[in-house]
Amino acid sequence: MESHPDLTASVIRGLGWLYLIMAVMNLFWTINVFQSGKAYESIAGFKHIPKAAPWGLYTIVLFMIGIVHVVFDSSPADFQFLLPLGFKNLVDVIIANPISYFAVSMVIFVAMIWLRKWWTKPTVAWVLLNASMLFLGVSMTDYDFRQIVGKPDNVPIVGMLFLVGFFTWLYFYKSVENDRRIAAGEPKIEDEQSEQVLVWPDLVYTEMICMLLLTALLIAWGIALQAPLEEPASAVKTPNPSKAPWYFLGLQEMLVYYDPWMAGVVLPSVILVGLMAIPYIDFNTKGNGYYTFEERKFSIVTFLFGFLPLWIGMIVLGTFIRGPNWNMFGLYEYWDVHKLEVLNNVDLSQMFWVDWLGKPLPRPDANASTITQIRTILLREWLGFVLILAYLFILPPLMAVTVFRNFFVKMGFLRFMVLANLILLMAALPLKMALRWAFTLKYIISIPEWFFNI
Amino acid sequence: MSVGEYIRESQIWKSIFRHPAPYDRRNRAVVMLTNFFLHLHPVSVKQGGIALSYTWCMGGVTFFLFLVETLTGVLLMFYYRPTLEWAFTDIRALRDVTTLGIMREIHRWGAHAMVITVWLHMYRVFLTGSYKPPREFNWVVGVLLLVLTLLLSFTGYLLPWDQLAIWAITVGSNMARATPVLGHEGPGFQLLNLGGYDLITNASDARFLLLGSRFVGEETLNRFYILHCVAIPLVVATLIAIHFWRVRKDGGISQPL
Repeated sequence: MESHPDLTASVIRGLGWLYLIMAVMNLFWTINVFQSGKAYESIAGFKHIPKAAPWGLYTIVLFMIGIVHVVFDSSPADFQFLLPLGFKNLVDVIIANPISYFAVSMVIFVAMIWLRKWWTKPTVAWVLLNASMLFLGVSMTDYDFRQIVGKPDNVPIVGMLFLVGFFTWLYFYKSVENDRRIAAGEPKIEDEQSEQVLVWPDLVYTEMICMLLLTALLIAWGIALQAPLEEPASAVKTPNPSKAPWYFLGLQEMLVYYDPWMAGVVLPSVILVGLMAIPYIDFNTKGNGYYTFEERKFSIVTFLFGFLPLWIGMIVLGTFIRGPNWNMFGLYEYWDVHKLEVLNNVDLSQMFWVDWLGKPLPRPDANASTITQIRTILLREWLGFVLILAYLFILPPLMAVTVFRNFFVKMGFLRFMVLANLILLMAALPLKMALRWAFTLKYIISIPEWFFNI
Repeated sequence: MSVGEYIRESQIWKSIFRHPAPYDRRNRAVVMLTNFFLHLHPVSVKQGGIALSYTWCMGGVTFFLFLVETLTGVLLMFYYRPTLEWAFTDIRALRDVTTLGIMREIHRWGAHAMVITVWLHMYRVFLTGSYKPPREFNWVVGVLLLVLTLLLSFTGYLLPWDQLAIWAITVGSNMARATPVLGHEGPGFQLLNLGGYDLITNASDARFLLLGSRFVGEETLNRFYILHCVAIPLVVATLIAIHFWRVRKDGGISQPL
């Protein structure tokens, strides 16, 4: 008996139910498509094939696969429905590397905005939902995937991903429709429902039903999944990896690129101040109370970039992909404590003095006076200081007279400076990532003597 | 006269509900004005303002989860003792032997769900531009509530006192010692000193304030317990009241006045 079996009887049975649920979902979808009466003009000589036909076929296949899973769970070792090894390796190679991970998430992010008119079509969205459910389901046939995704505290994150995906879809679906209507001079979706209704019963009953459903959901969830309880606390047994609660894992991920005072204190504070500042720096009066993309492109793209690839994307990275020693592991990869990752990152001052000038790094003399020591340190790090100060103080005025000229004119000096600095601080994370990957840069300013590293 | 009518005509019933059942238009308005729990709502709203596909119901769900957490949390407080000796054992007993130990499951999953729904609520408010004038300040209150929700979840994370708990809190609170000026490993901590003696040490810095100790120990458990069960919920309840009141005063959940 294998100690780490990819398949067990209960996994097969569980997957069977998942496929059967998907079959039922797709049965309703097929009926829906059939009732719309749409048909393909001709396929391979056959004319007027209803568009429901391929969906019906897919439903039948799902149903048969589901039945096979539910019935033949007795010998997991011989079960054939496994994920191909080549696919697993491909996914692992892409995911277990920060460059390709962020490259892929950026491609998805850009495509999401660029192709919004396409992927918000119900059929495309339905295909995407099916694909993600199949991906999750079939991946469950992998032992290592199950270990990490099936951890009790990680289950809510999987649920969150589907919810965030759904609501992002809903947002784009509604804004694409509204933007079309605005362009055509038609009333917006929200304007169609502008008559007053009584709160009792319309709202009160909705709330009541929501509460009942939620209570039922929480009780069912509590019965189905036990809350995690590990060994009693021990101050001497440090787990590897040690992770913060899941909602802080995006911040913990920043520790790879910034020191704790930046990643753990300054940048989180900037996030909060930035969030609170949004209503005061967004001068655009359009888009209040209805879904739109075209009328507030800049604010929407900025917020989505912060929320999706940076916040949610880094929580996913921190939860599912960061393993022992905070190394990156593929979704189907065993969490090997001995996996080695070479770290040869270099400080900017090291690059400047040693690599470029060929001189030794200026070292403060421990016996010298404090003033002399400070002078030596500042001399050593002068390039970093110049770059950081330029980034924070020279770049905003440059932005004001170039690409952000319109903003500056409309916002005034103070508002614009706040906006520019917030944007620059948000961009500081992806920028540092890029510098790390491109030049193995460790710190731009490196003063370990004062715990001051950027 | 049926039993139902008899009850509704009685003095006791009438003293509680000061009007007939909300079957007609007038009484449906009156019920909103005379019932304490319902008076949070206006009498009538724009239909679009309560469409689920518009609101996603996430603010309401978050509030409901807060109520669930309060209820299950109070029940758990009857059972759980926040000491090194008993904390873990009590939680294990809740899992293994206690009747209605499922309250812990509901509390934990509800907490995770609340973190998610509060994000989704903010997501919706942003995407519909509902923070725009006149609702700027209510958005700020909302951000504070978001932070407090995370802090509630963070302080509660320690209470089971298992490996998952103390190490997650250790990793999370280690950040505090790097606080600029106020953390003993933060940039500029040397600035605060008296006659050559550092005022900021590992027994007096921001992390010590958070933990009540130099490491996650019994003082931390006590501190987090009080923050989790009393201090933060009181602030949250106050801010929720302000948040809801402002929704009414600012003229509903979105759109210009």
